Amino acid sequence: MFSYGSLALFLAAGFIFGTIAEKKHLKELREKENLLKSIILSTSKKHSFVQQSLHSTLVTGHVVVALDYFKRFVASLVNLVGGRVFSFESLIDRARREAIIRMKEDAHRNGFDSIINVRIETSNIGGSAGKKGGMGAIEVMAYGTAIKHS
Amino acid sequence: MILTNLESVPGKSITTHFGLVSGSTIRAKHIGRDLMAGFKNILGGELKGYTELLNESRQEAVKRMKEQARSLGANAIINVRFSTSSITQGAAELYVYGTAVSVS
Repeated sequence: MFSYGSLALFLAAGFIFGTIAEKKHLKELREKENLLKSIILSTSKKHSFVQQSLHSTLVTGHVVVALDYFKRFVASLVNLVGGRVFSFESLIDRARREAIIRMKEDAHRNGFDSIINVRIETSNIGGSAGKKGGMGAIEVMAYGTAIKHS
Repeated sequence: MILTNLESVPGKSITTHFGLVSGSTIRAKHIGRDLMAGFKNILGGELKGYTELLNESRQEAVKRMKEQARSLGANAIINVRFSTSSITQGAAELYVYGTAVSVS
């Protein structure tokens, strides 16, 4: 009886706090993206103004996120029938956007105006979510070369 | 020391190649952070403690790589790559590598 009760409690806590946190985070992401939109990102190594630019440096941005209990529960249900795991998609998407924003902030602080050769890496650091003792924590890292026009 | 993940340093030309340089560090999380993370595991969201920990560790790895490059007499590292692997439960290896060069 107790285990069903705590399961319901965890699910409710995960759903309520997870949803609030997600809404807040999305709002923050939109605001920050708007602020930093002057910084141009490119995944290619060559850029028309690379030759003229004198200053360049490596910039990075990282974030570690965890799944909430509700999302993990939904994912385990989807796992039975297959298909898109919506609950994970939104989380990883938010993590990527956050990592890119942090990388842009790093460039912005030092006066750089564009970042080329951007690479994004995702790695699982806490073990698989499904396994016993697994955290389902995901690290997203974005890095690139920031350049200045001068 | 200029770091870039391009194959050259923009606006400068490479004069000497010194070969591969790398730095790595393995970090385990301490128990307080683990407890907090366990709690976050129910509520979801960013694990700030881990973000910080990995950030510090990565800077340490970069520092080691830079030291190695400096001892070779290089003044830039090009083509920098990062990699993260979880070795055991609770410990992560952060590895960074690149090519040490001298630019002018």
